[in-house]
Amino acid sequence: MISVLLLFAPVAAALLVPMLARRLRGIHTGWFVLAVPVLLFVYYLGFLPKVKDGGVHIGELSWIPSYGISLTSYIDGLSLLFSLLITGIGSLVVLYSIFYLDKTKERLGNFYAYLLMFMTAMLGVVQSDNMIALYGFWELTSISSFLLIGYWYTRDRSRFGALKSMMITVFGGLMMLGGFILLYIMGGTFSIRELISMAPELAEHSLFVWALVLVLLGAFTKSAQFPFYIWLPDAMEAPTPVSAYLHSATMVKAGLYLVARFTPIFAASEIWVWLVTSIGVLTLFWGSFFAVKQTDLKGILAFSTVSQLGLIMSLLGAAAAAFHVEGAAETMFKYAGFAAIFHLVNHAAFKGSLFMVAGIIDHETGTRDIRKLGGLMALMPVTFTLALIGSLSMAGLPPFGGFLSKEMFLTGMLSLGELDLFSPAAWGTVLLVAAWIASVFTFIYSFYFVFRTFTGKHKPDLLPKSAHEAPAGMLVSPAVLGLIVIAIFFIPNVVGNWIVKPAVAAVQPFMYGSPADVDVHVAAWHGHITPELMMTIGIVIAGLILYGLLPKWQGVYRAFPEYLTLNKLYDSAMVFSESGTNRLSRSYMNGQIRSYLIYMFSGIVIIVLGSMIAKDAIHVTMEGTAPIGAVEIGLIVVLVASVVTTLIARKRLTAIIALGAAGYVVALFFVVFKAPDLALTQLVIETVSVALYLLAFYHLPKMSRHDEKRKFRVGNALVAAAVGLMMALLAMSAASQKALPSISQFYKDTVYSEAGGGNIVNVILVDYRGFDTLFEIAVLSIAAIGIIGLIRLRLTRKGDSSEKQ
Amino acid sequence: MKNSDVIIQTATKVVFFIIFLFAIHIFFAGHYTPGGGFVGGLLTASALVLLLLAFDIRTVSKALPFNYTVIIGIGLILALGTASASILFDVPFFTHAYDYFDLPLFGKTSLHSAMLFDLGVYLVVVGATMNIILSIGSDD
Repeated sequence: MISVLLLFAPVAAALLVPMLARRLRGIHTGWFVLAVPVLLFVYYLGFLPKVKDGGVHIGELSWIPSYGISLTSYIDGLSLLFSLLITGIGSLVVLYSIFYLDKTKERLGNFYAYLLMFMTAMLGVVQSDNMIALYGFWELTSISSFLLIGYWYTRDRSRFGALKSMMITVFGGLMMLGGFILLYIMGGTFSIRELISMAPELAEHSLFVWALVLVLLGAFTKSAQFPFYIWLPDAMEAPTPVSAYLHSATMVKAGLYLVARFTPIFAASEIWVWLVTSIGVLTLFWGSFFAVKQTDLKGILAFSTVSQLGLIMSLLGAAAAAFHVEGAAETMFKYAGFAAIFHLVNHAAFKGSLFMVAGIIDHETGTRDIRKLGGLMALMPVTFTLALIGSLSMAGLPPFGGFLSKEMFLTGMLSLGELDLFSPAAWGTVLLVAAWIASVFTFIYSFYFVFRTFTGKHKPDLLPKSAHEAPAGMLVSPAVLGLIVIAIFFIPNVVGNWIVKPAVAAVQPFMYGSPADVDVHVAAWHGHITPELMMTIGIVIAGLILYGLLPKWQGVYRAFPEYLTLNKLYDSAMVFSESGTNRLSRSYMNGQIRSYLIYMFSGIVIIVLGSMIAKDAIHVTMEGTAPIGAVEIGLIVVLVASVVTTLIARKRLTAIIALGAAGYVVALFFVVFKAPDLALTQLVIETVSVALYLLAFYHLPKMSRHDEKRKFRVGNALVAAAVGLMMALLAMSAASQKALPSISQFYKDTVYSEAGGGNIVNVILVDYRGFDTLFEIAVLSIAAIGIIGLIRLRLTRKGDSSEKQ
Repeated sequence: MKNSDVIIQTATKVVFFIIFLFAIHIFFAGHYTPGGGFVGGLLTASALVLLLLAFDIRTVSKALPFNYTVIIGIGLILALGTASASILFDVPFFTHAYDYFDLPLFGKTSLHSAMLFDLGVYLVVVGATMNIILSIGSDD
């Protein structure tokens, strides 16, 4: 319970942020915000001993119990790892942002409110056991990411990037929701834990593959996998703390989390293994290859993030492959799952620090364009050191954490080659080769990033500001991350035992009963030359050669035609859908209400009559109807007479009065049939609407109704007759046949005992069908506000308002 | 919309209150006998329309200086608030509560949370109708 409420602590704090930002201008708002992630981090640290021994913590708060939807905080190895990342990196990012964002120039209230909202959303994603809650939090991360990317909303590129990320990730989110619903149909529960326990039965289900693909679409869009990665480079318009936090360390890892979380369910499917591994390797290759093309520092990091996400994704695929191997826990197949989680931790550390370094360079030199930068080593020695640590870890060199996880990645890829799951059999080898080439490019862009910026010739005349070292406060966060990167290299097994193994046990429950069963020991030197070491040496040699020759072959990138890129595809799809829908609506929205009424009435007739005919529902008998006496006949005569008068009246005033008469006759019908509530309402409505017509009378256009074209009038007559026919048939068919017994007896029985009322009509309105009434009055209010708006707008167009001045 | 018909104006001054009181009666009667918030609101609105027809808009808005848009808001909040209040008592959304009380003057009376919801409906109906009529009528 407490742990569920704590999920909402950041967003609750966000309510105070705008007030703090406004009242206490002297103090940077970030200092107050910093307390939230730090306290949460400490709180989650407290779970470590319990989770290390394979324990889980479950907090539950029921939300919509009748649909089995609850808010859960399910803390096992995997969600604890993510929660620590979210709050830990979150603390460092908030600290960094205090120095990055100027308290006088920026709208800090908005920034921190969005950031805290994201924190709640992300914690919710990783801790929710209920899929519906997970989906809700998932979309909330997309929305907060949208708001943060568009933080500098006056910039064109920011708005574009925000919209692009929103379009793609929300599309994926909706697909994922579809997958969740299919899982619910198959398993009858929204709880992921329960679904995992019934995984073998689910795999037999015919919807299984559909659910799998839909869930993967959600994961791939969020984690920027090929071909959906295109939103991530454009998301770099966000302030750098946001890029470091959302777009490298946490949010883009939500897709990885999803894949990891659902591995126990879907691993049984070979399609899952195949898709996750192949898309992962393809993304790894694609991202690393195009990273070298970029000239923007953050662009390089964005593509490198895409590529690293692909790497982890492919490892998760290999971890799922272990399901298909007998005794995987004893063979080399055991490494992939460990490597995936281990690299995830490493990546969060080194990429976070690299983004902060890029932000520092941007902040202190005024540019992120690598062509203008160079020779900053002497001017910014601390930043250079931090960049070097991050980059070399990314390149997979000792003595940094990245070296260890990179080696294990190669082990994981080697294990794929031994798998006979793929057909053709050579596919495993293709993946291995692609992974190796991608690692070479990773090496190149890591060097490209750090050495192009910090070595070479300093070009002060190209820089908007004169470069200098960043203030100490700004260096703290990347320095902490840098220290972690180094620490991981020297104590990998401490990290492994405390953080990685519990998570691995959660991802691969089919192999391990508890974290202690995960028999993986990380070592930098295995005592002999391993194939992985050979591959790493190969990567370094090939990487160094290609990096040296970079100016000679970087022109290759220009050979790719611009019009074939995925970005171009996205742009033209957006333009097409905008102009297309515009043209479509212009074609029928001609600004005349009577045309719209024709559309609506014909639409209703087609749908209702069509479905009545299709369902063979037309059935008319006179059985059980009330006798038709003199009173009824008299009323009908008056009704017909007033309707005919409305139609043929030459003056509009006559028509209005005749229409009112028709309404009163209907009210009299209600009286005859002993429905006092309806009669009363009908009478008053008729009175008010006639008064309304009279009020509006002066404003109606002076248009004689008799010079309309014959074709138009025939069309109207047809639609009117069809509506009449439909209503008559509907009413008589409904009265003539009963598929279910009437509900009126239920109302009679319960109106006093359950609802404490006497008038069924009114109790229906306020109690039985209170929801309807609630929405009806909401609609009524919207209509009233709409009318006010329409009339005010017309007034301003007349030109006597402020708009002209 | 200037109207200076003395007979209508004099009659309206009396009839308005009759309709208005009837509307109140109809509103409270609603739970046991015909009536309710919707009809009550419409009747109130029609009484106000009568005032508008007999006098002009400016006179009426001086005599009854209500902002009908705010009334819509109050009504919606009341209705939604009544529906949501049940959550605080750990029963599903929109669960009504009622009981019987001995009140001075009234004797044994049934008090029902549905009445509050209906009051919301009443206010929204009055507010919306008057907003529509006033914005159309005043545009001349």
